[in-house]
Amino acid sequence: MIARPYAAARRTLTLVDKMFEINWGLILLITIIACAGFAMLYSVAGGNLSPWADKQIIRFVIGFAILVAVALIDIRVWMSLAYPAYGVSLLLLIGVIVMGHVGLGAQRWITLGPLELQPSELMKISLILALARFLHGQSVEDVSRPLKFLVPVAMIAVPAFLVLIQPNLGTTLIIVADGVSLLFLAGLSWWWIAPAITAIAIAVPTAWKFLLHDYQKRRVLTFLNPDTDALGAGWNITQAKIAIGSGGVTGKGFLQGTQSRLNFLPEKQTDFIWTSFCEEFGFVGATALLLLFAVVIFYGIQIAMSARSQFGRLLAMGITLNFFFYIMINAAMVMGLIPVVGIPMPLLSYGGTAMLSVMFGFGLLMSVHVHRQVEIPRHSAGII
Amino acid sequence: MPLFDRKDKSRYATFTRRTLMMSGGMTAVLAALGGRLYQLQIRDGAQYMTQAEDNRVNQRLIAPPRGRILDRFGVELANNRRNYRVLLVSEQATNGAEAALDTIGKIIQLSDAQKKRVLHDLAANKKFVPVPVAENLTWDEFARINLHLPYLPGVQPDIGETRSYPFGSELSHLLGYVAPVSPDDKKAGDDDPLLDLPGFRMGKRGIEKQFDEDVRGTAGASRVEVNAYGRVIRELSRDPGVAGKDVYLSIDRELQNFVDQRLGNESAACVIMDAQTGDLLALSSTPGFDPNLFNVGITPDQWHALTSDDHNPLLNKALGGVYPPGSTFKPAVALAAVDAGLSNFQVFCTGSITLGNHEFHCYKKDGHGHVDLHRGIQVSCDVFFYETARQLGIDKIEAAARKLGLGSASGIEIPGERSGFIPSSAWKLATYGIPWQLGETLNTGIGQGYVLVTPLQLCTQVARIASGKAVSPRIAHVVGNALQPRPVADLLPFSDAAFQAVRSGMNAVTNEPGGTAYAWRIAEPGFEMAGKTGTAQVRRISQEEHLAGVKKNDTLPWKLRDHALFIGFAPVANPRYALSIIVEHGANVEHTHVQMARDILLFAQKRDPLKLPTGYPVNAAQAPAKPGARA
Repeated sequence: MIARPYAAARRTLTLVDKMFEINWGLILLITIIACAGFAMLYSVAGGNLSPWADKQIIRFVIGFAILVAVALIDIRVWMSLAYPAYGVSLLLLIGVIVMGHVGLGAQRWITLGPLELQPSELMKISLILALARFLHGQSVEDVSRPLKFLVPVAMIAVPAFLVLIQPNLGTTLIIVADGVSLLFLAGLSWWWIAPAITAIAIAVPTAWKFLLHDYQKRRVLTFLNPDTDALGAGWNITQAKIAIGSGGVTGKGFLQGTQSRLNFLPEKQTDFIWTSFCEEFGFVGATALLLLFAVVIFYGIQIAMSARSQFGRLLAMGITLNFFFYIMINAAMVMGLIPVVGIPMPLLSYGGTAMLSVMFGFGLLMSVHVHRQVEIPRHSAGII
Repeated sequence: MPLFDRKDKSRYATFTRRTLMMSGGMTAVLAALGGRLYQLQIRDGAQYMTQAEDNRVNQRLIAPPRGRILDRFGVELANNRRNYRVLLVSEQATNGAEAALDTIGKIIQLSDAQKKRVLHDLAANKKFVPVPVAENLTWDEFARINLHLPYLPGVQPDIGETRSYPFGSELSHLLGYVAPVSPDDKKAGDDDPLLDLPGFRMGKRGIEKQFDEDVRGTAGASRVEVNAYGRVIRELSRDPGVAGKDVYLSIDRELQNFVDQRLGNESAACVIMDAQTGDLLALSSTPGFDPNLFNVGITPDQWHALTSDDHNPLLNKALGGVYPPGSTFKPAVALAAVDAGLSNFQVFCTGSITLGNHEFHCYKKDGHGHVDLHRGIQVSCDVFFYETARQLGIDKIEAAARKLGLGSASGIEIPGERSGFIPSSAWKLATYGIPWQLGETLNTGIGQGYVLVTPLQLCTQVARIASGKAVSPRIAHVVGNALQPRPVADLLPFSDAAFQAVRSGMNAVTNEPGGTAYAWRIAEPGFEMAGKTGTAQVRRISQEEHLAGVKKNDTLPWKLRDHALFIGFAPVANPRYALSIIVEHGANVEHTHVQMARDILLFAQKRDPLKLPTGYPVNAAQAPAKPGARA
């Protein structure tokens, strides 16, 4: 990192200045993790670049360009774009329900010309932006005022509901977790937090009864006791645990994972890619990768803490937490700690929208870093 | 309004505090994930490795080739031939096993019983085990299956091996047969994994059963890597197993064939052995059955035909049939008599003797007049043997008979041997609580009453008389590469004079005018046989019938006619071949059974298999004596 005098940062940064401000160490880390992903996609395809690794590399390259471009754009611009982006995402979410085609039994995709979009992925970023924008204008006291508090709650609840009825339980959980975390960071009073936890304790059984689909319930039930029906619904979890466990200390070696190569693993290129990694590289490789993830997360926290604007702080923490929730839910899911909810592993799993949205998110994080000295008044609405 | 105020400071402080709280939370979660990795990969790693290996590897048993059964010259009596068959793997049959069977049924003949059997086998085995659907297909049927294979998921054409008996029924009782394993076979404590292999055949009778463990071999195994759908990806290792051992019998297939031909359609048994060693050269029981039927799968009609035949084709009469020996028992009585010092004993036969109020008849109504031991055997005088038996007493007769191998199983290496029976006074008292009666001794003297023998025992008896040695019948000569242990044939505890007297009497039967079989002697010099005829009643002859004249056999229904027996040895001068023959309900004036014996003994001597070079493995080593083997 290049240390710059405090005063210099106060000037308007040139494009070249910004290039130097970009945290290239973090980008290197992200690239290393993505490369681990390419290697695994190559491995689970039986040692072939196609059909997954080659496309994933192209997406990463595009994502890399997006990251740098997003990082160079002033965060005040992003602040101005927050509400429009949220509105567009909301419209797309509604659109996917109205006219989206059915993929994997759920309405998740929307086709825009040559692009196939998952509006729920867009929404995660948009929601973080919009909440950061809204909360930027709120003092600690404001956040907890009943009427003002309802606005962010509605901003979270409406998209969460739309994603839930797609149905996509995993993304719903992440949207809610992202939003609630931002409210918490913005200083929401414990007087709200404590009753909310109580409400969740009541809502979960209710949701179980009325909102969850049968397949979602079955996933939860088989999670609770996967060995009862090892060849039926519990197959995924059982086989994933066997794959991870059989990796042992040092793993079976690159391209030697029998569980994935012989198709014992389900969706090995997407949600269960982490499993294949653990099988082939063992405890040593898996903890090393986990440490890399941790370093990325703490970079994000450090960026948030060093930003001078509340918008920048909340945006950076929102992106970082979003990244963290993905890792937590995916890893815990394939290791049999929580039910299978269908969340990909960021940077590793095969998937276009996920890769682009993750890279876009890192772009925003980097933008906060580059513009960390920018001060934005509480009542500012950006610069557009 | 100032750009920044106290409120901003307070919320920055809150943000920092709460961010640190969340960082702590995230650290804890990441540590928990690491802990879970430790649990799965290090603490339970070995267990999951085993499970992954179980997932990946299927062990498939390989049936080793079954050992052959050969005769003394290396002629294959039982071998293996190619078996075109169709297997079904249930987990690969995407439309279900029943649909697959229906489709196969449209291509080749498949009965409902077969389908039922296949579904049962599929249910009894793991999903990846191939189960035979149809076997012994013609090349044409096999080719049709192969042609339709793309539409038959889970169906595997396979070329295996199956047992074949080139000589069909001729050796059926000797060799036995192989058939599918039954639940009882497994209960018998045989834990060979081969028994669980679908379609496996094990020995069920005869030599196939006796030497099953030797000829079966040891299971091989193929370890294959399979994917989640059970498809074989590659073979990891292959252990071909150990092929079954070949069993060389002392049988001469040519002689066996001649005997079989000569017995024809009679319900009969004939045993020929080396009189000096006990080696069996032929052991025939007619009618036989086709042992291939049991291997391929016998139909209910075929089974019914075998079980309802009054000639009893499923019984090995040579060692599983017991008969009263009739006059063929007389040489044993004669031997006991000479041994007891009765060599000059003479009797005047008037056609019957009276004991108490019961009359004992000689078969010759007018009597034989003066009869000594030599003439007693030659003309088979019943009165002479009544009197001899009376002089000897039952227990001396019993002792002599047992020394000649009667009354107990010989230990032949073919399952199903019966021991026959020789009565004694102690047995009678113990069993019925009544003392032995003299009349019973008289009946025993002519081989009637309680006495029961098998044709194999009769042959052993005549071999012992001919050689003077305690030979026992043996059939397996070499198993694998090991020479089978053979009991040493000690000299029998009878005097030479006794043997000479009996042999000379038996010589007179065939070779001196007046002998009961003189008309059917071997006239060719150097090939003469000695022997003893016998007839065993299967019905009671009443006192009235004796007075009116005993009914001739050819006037009676087949089932009521007497059994015809003959024992003999040849050549007389230097006995090598001992023979016994019994034709059930075959007594007639032409003595066709003696003619058979004559032809067989002449054929045996002319072919002289004992002098021909054997086909046993040249480097066969003497096997260590099995515990319990008789010396």
